[in-house]
Amino acid sequence: MTGSAQVSQQQREDLQMADVQTTDVVVPPAMENAGSSPRFTSMIVRRIAQAVLLLGLVVVLLVLLTPGLIAHQSPIATGDNILTAPGHAHLFGTDQLGRDVFSRVVYGSRPVLMASLAGVALATVAGVAVGVLGGFAHRMVRALVMRVVDVLLSLPVLLIALILIATVGSGLSSIAIAVGIAFTPGFARVVESSVRKLRSAEYVQAAKVFGSGGVRTSFRHLLPNLATEVVVLISSGVGWAVLTATTLSFLGLGVRLPAADWGSDLAAGATNLSTAWWLSTFPGAAISLTILLANFLGDYVSAVLDPRGGLGLRRGIRSFRTRQKGTRA
Amino acid sequence: MGFVLRRLSASLPVLLGITVVAFLLIHLMPGDPAKVILFGSNAGPDQISALRQQLGLNEPLWRQYFHFLDQLAHGNLGTSYLTQNSVAHELVSRTPSTLVLTATALLVAIVVGVPLGLIAGVRPNSLVDRLARGFSFLGVAIPYFFLALVLVLLFSVRLQLLPAIDDGTPQALIIPAVSLGWGYSAILTRLIRGRIIEEYRSDYVRSARARGCPEWRVLLRHTLRNSSIPAITTIGLQFGNILTGAAITEVIFGRAGLGSFLATSITNKNIPVVQGAVVLIGIGYVLLNLVVDLIVGAVDPRTRLTPAIS
Repeated sequence: MTGSAQVSQQQREDLQMADVQTTDVVVPPAMENAGSSPRFTSMIVRRIAQAVLLLGLVVVLLVLLTPGLIAHQSPIATGDNILTAPGHAHLFGTDQLGRDVFSRVVYGSRPVLMASLAGVALATVAGVAVGVLGGFAHRMVRALVMRVVDVLLSLPVLLIALILIATVGSGLSSIAIAVGIAFTPGFARVVESSVRKLRSAEYVQAAKVFGSGGVRTSFRHLLPNLATEVVVLISSGVGWAVLTATTLSFLGLGVRLPAADWGSDLAAGATNLSTAWWLSTFPGAAISLTILLANFLGDYVSAVLDPRGGLGLRRGIRSFRTRQKGTRA
Repeated sequence: MGFVLRRLSASLPVLLGITVVAFLLIHLMPGDPAKVILFGSNAGPDQISALRQQLGLNEPLWRQYFHFLDQLAHGNLGTSYLTQNSVAHELVSRTPSTLVLTATALLVAIVVGVPLGLIAGVRPNSLVDRLARGFSFLGVAIPYFFLALVLVLLFSVRLQLLPAIDDGTPQALIIPAVSLGWGYSAILTRLIRGRIIEEYRSDYVRSARARGCPEWRVLLRHTLRNSSIPAITTIGLQFGNILTGAAITEVIFGRAGLGSFLATSITNKNIPVVQGAVVLIGIGYVLLNLVVDLIVGAVDPRTRLTPAIS
């Protein structure tokens, strides 16, 4: 009886991890059953994947560090040629004030990337702290912390972000903070469930026997062993963070005009949709490409880091059945 | 029955927690809530202190919270700062429109995602599977607010088939629902596909076949049923995201619903409305997940043995 209860507990954890995962991560279907395709093609696929990732990261770095090198026109300089279609002079056309859309797309990446990366960084620090506390602290503290996490998890991420912005006001830093706090419960939940598994690991028990205190054990033994999981968590969270950050800036809660920003440019272009399709389409395509790249990166990182060659956290779903049968621990 | 009760009692602390979050909202704002509310209205100190008195801000925090709970239990969510109408009434009158959009989007997600995932999972690496994988990868990458604009550009501006903004007709629901449901159908496709691949080679499927069970029955009764549990759970967990997505979609298409109401209230700092919406969405979400757990319990009786919350 106790045996089946334990299995059910395990199932529940797996499902919970899987749930957090399905909201945050997109698994590239190409890698999902790499084992079933011939080795040679999978090697080519892997090489192409690496090349695409590398290229994408180089572009992101270039855009972040030296946007002027890629876009020669100023993103906010107005001109006489208003609403010109994409062509030689203006690769992506111009908007209703004669501003170069290509420059705006290049410069508009910066607020989006900075807010989402800062948000993920915040969520990682806070999520790991809360997760370790929730998994390793005294029983009362643990219960309290995880109940709070449960409550926050029951509110949609975007709602939490909107509420936070409603209280602290709009702006780029508000978006970063809102994304960070809104993502913390999900991160904490995943970290907590792995800490709970690590807690009974022999080396943690041994450390305890040798008199290592809670704080020391957390920093010396738990955190290093969580590193892989946290890296996977970060890389899979970025795509979702970009989506959340652009949604918020789409609602006009981000940078102040006339600064370029994908979300707000997309929203602004919607008013001229019938006459100038290029205004919304290019920022929108840029957002989609970024999320695609981020998800790709997330999957790649988790595929590389998972020693079992699986897909990191995704094994929660996969081993659900096998574990039930007791064929794999 | 015991399962239902256990599950119900487990959601009570979460419900209480949601009311605490909603209650604390007004105190999270930097500065005096009364001043924030009266900001820009040239209110004197008397008016501010009168409002503080009226809002009960001079009481200790715990008493304010119990007062809030008491009012909540009586269905009273306070009055809107702007219109002085009952918040409960305003929220409830806008709920059906949002629920219709959410339900239609969910329907789109299920109608597209489940068959696609099923076909792709049955024949991995086939053409359909390749298409499905591409779709599930793209689906989550294209934000719904961008897809909405692309669809409007195609079907309203170019082809003039569908209305671009809400005009009350059922056709006006198509673009918002498709753009909102698309991302979730991609999630469902991937989830169902992965499960089907796994289930389709398992022992019970082979033994069902050996017993002479027709293939369609093996697929729908045995494989799909066992593959649907994580999908159902995911739909429940994604409901909150679809709901907030519906909110943004409403803003784009000018639909008068809960979402656009919440969005304007957030920009206007109309706190009672935001509080009411948080409570409403939170309760709806908890109830929906309760229903999801009951459905999962019906589909897979084993889960009923599980302690409701670990």
